[in-house]
Amino acid sequence: MTVLVGYVPSPLGEAALRAAVEQARFRDEPVLVVNTSRGDAYVDPRFAQEADLERVVRELTAAGVPHSVRQLVRGRDTAEEIVDIVEAEDISLVVIGVRHRSAVGKLIMGSAAQEVLLRVRCPVLAVKAG
Amino acid sequence: MDNLANLLDGFANVVTPTNLLIALLGVTIGTAVGVLPGIGPAMTVALLLPVTYGMEPTQAFIMFAGIFYGGMYGGSTTSILLNTPGESSSVVTAIEGNKMAKAGRAAQALATAAIGSFVAGTIATLLLVVVTPPVVSFAISLGAPDYFALMLLAFVAVTAVLGASRVRGFASLLLGLVIGVVGIDQTGQQRLTLGIPQLADGIDVVVVAVGIFAVGEALWIAAHLRRRAAEVIPVGQPWMGRQDWQRSWKPWLRGTAFGFPFGAVPAGGAEIPTFLSYVTEKKLTKHPEEFGRGAIEGVAGPEAANNASAAGTLVPLLAIGLPTNATAAVMLAAFQQYGIQPGPLLFERESGLVWTLIASLFVGNLLLLVLNLPLAPAWAKLLRIPRPYLYAGIIFFASMGAYAVNASPFDLFLLLTIGLLGFGMRRFGLPILPLIVGVILGPRAELQGRRALQLSGGELHGLIGGWVSWSIYAIVAVVLLWPLVGRFVVRPLRGRLVTG
Repeated sequence: MTVLVGYVPSPLGEAALRAAVEQARFRDEPVLVVNTSRGDAYVDPRFAQEADLERVVRELTAAGVPHSVRQLVRGRDTAEEIVDIVEAEDISLVVIGVRHRSAVGKLIMGSAAQEVLLRVRCPVLAVKAG
Repeated sequence: MDNLANLLDGFANVVTPTNLLIALLGVTIGTAVGVLPGIGPAMTVALLLPVTYGMEPTQAFIMFAGIFYGGMYGGSTTSILLNTPGESSSVVTAIEGNKMAKAGRAAQALATAAIGSFVAGTIATLLLVVVTPPVVSFAISLGAPDYFALMLLAFVAVTAVLGASRVRGFASLLLGLVIGVVGIDQTGQQRLTLGIPQLADGIDVVVVAVGIFAVGEALWIAAHLRRRAAEVIPVGQPWMGRQDWQRSWKPWLRGTAFGFPFGAVPAGGAEIPTFLSYVTEKKLTKHPEEFGRGAIEGVAGPEAANNASAAGTLVPLLAIGLPTNATAAVMLAAFQQYGIQPGPLLFERESGLVWTLIASLFVGNLLLLVLNLPLAPAWAKLLRIPRPYLYAGIIFFASMGAYAVNASPFDLFLLLTIGLLGFGMRRFGLPILPLIVGVILGPRAELQGRRALQLSGGELHGLIGGWVSWSIYAIVAVVLLWPLVGRFVVRPLRGRLVTG
């Protein structure tokens, strides 16, 4: 069994990562860090750069948790990727960050957190920043 | 000072609320397309050309000039923040600019680029005012053979001087010339119409430009959509310290001196002067150790050069009707759509339009400084737009524009076909510029060549008029034979020097 964390390079993502580490220790399971981008814009602030991922690996190593990092750029939404991984692999818990969204924002862009919350078959831990 | 009075009249025409608004619209669109890689001012002018049919020609050209200048400003933002040049003219800016940004000096890099562009744009537009009238009076003395020779020079120059491969350049030029001859020629013969009645009127330049630039690029992006997103360097308000000013003002002036003349000669474009300016600044700098690690001179010089070349490009366009880059070529097509012949007579017949256009360049330049200096970080946000949305919009405009030309569905098929051609050219590395120049200048060159031959009663010597065409043919010969000269004269000489 593995703890999956949806990581974005922001305070929200760092909070999710910390919660995932805590859960992994508690459950004595490895952590799978997932970061995705649709890859269709020139710039995507949610896409983790090399330096971000290196820092993540350092933190996980320092915490002494077995871990793996997966970065996916396949033109699919983050929620779809996470749901598929949960379907295909042995995931015990999904950790994601959630934040306030305006009604209009949700209408136009949809909400990745809501997709994950409603569609994955394992428990989801929703973390807030700060 | 006749011209000064004309210019002041031009300013009076620009400073009406409507025209100012159109200028603002133009520079805003121009900056946006400058920021976005793959979408350039040439594509934008082609896309917006059908939209402007309802406007006065003056207003349309105020907008186009704004787009042209704006594109030169916007390109630097992505070069500096993203290391992805928005335009080919900003490639050199990325070398030092991105290094500066990574070293935490993005604000200064953006500021020197924007202020340098303003300084260079203003000086170069003044030069345009001074230089163009003499060129016009010279151009009036030119006859059909001279024009024919000039256009041949333009063909040879855009194919052989720019770009990596001459073979690819000429292939692209020939494609353009072939598209240009489709239709009924001046003697009433059908050429390459394949028996299709809709082709008898020829292929509209707008359809070709939109197909090659917009549809071709959209297909190309669709085929290469997935990529790792790049990192944007966060930046605050652009500003410069005292030392930055001291180090920037000389490169600005030198860059202007490089850019303007190169913009004005056929095939000069903005790429060569920006590169020359970079090399010069690297040589002259008092801080050679900073080059390669983010020297402000390496941003200031090339950015000034590319804006100066934009102004320079307008000299041959307005005075002779000779485009030297893709945007100018599309603007030439725009003049023709409005039934205006660019060339020496333009200043007499459309004096109001020309001087209003030139005055709008000064105004646009000022607007661009205001728009770019405080807002550069906001412009960078444009890069977050998912490209499928962006290109869906472009394809929509492209189809609408192509349909609007003749209101005929046939043009839409043509648009798609030419778009596929544009995709194929990108796939095989054929440059786009020679094709566009071939399509737009080809029929004009044919007209002048025909005129020259009619004057001489069909004798070939009619193509060689006076000393002007002689010297132009000499330049053409040198450009064409240069690789041979390089191989058989320069290299053996160099070899002898090394061995001796």
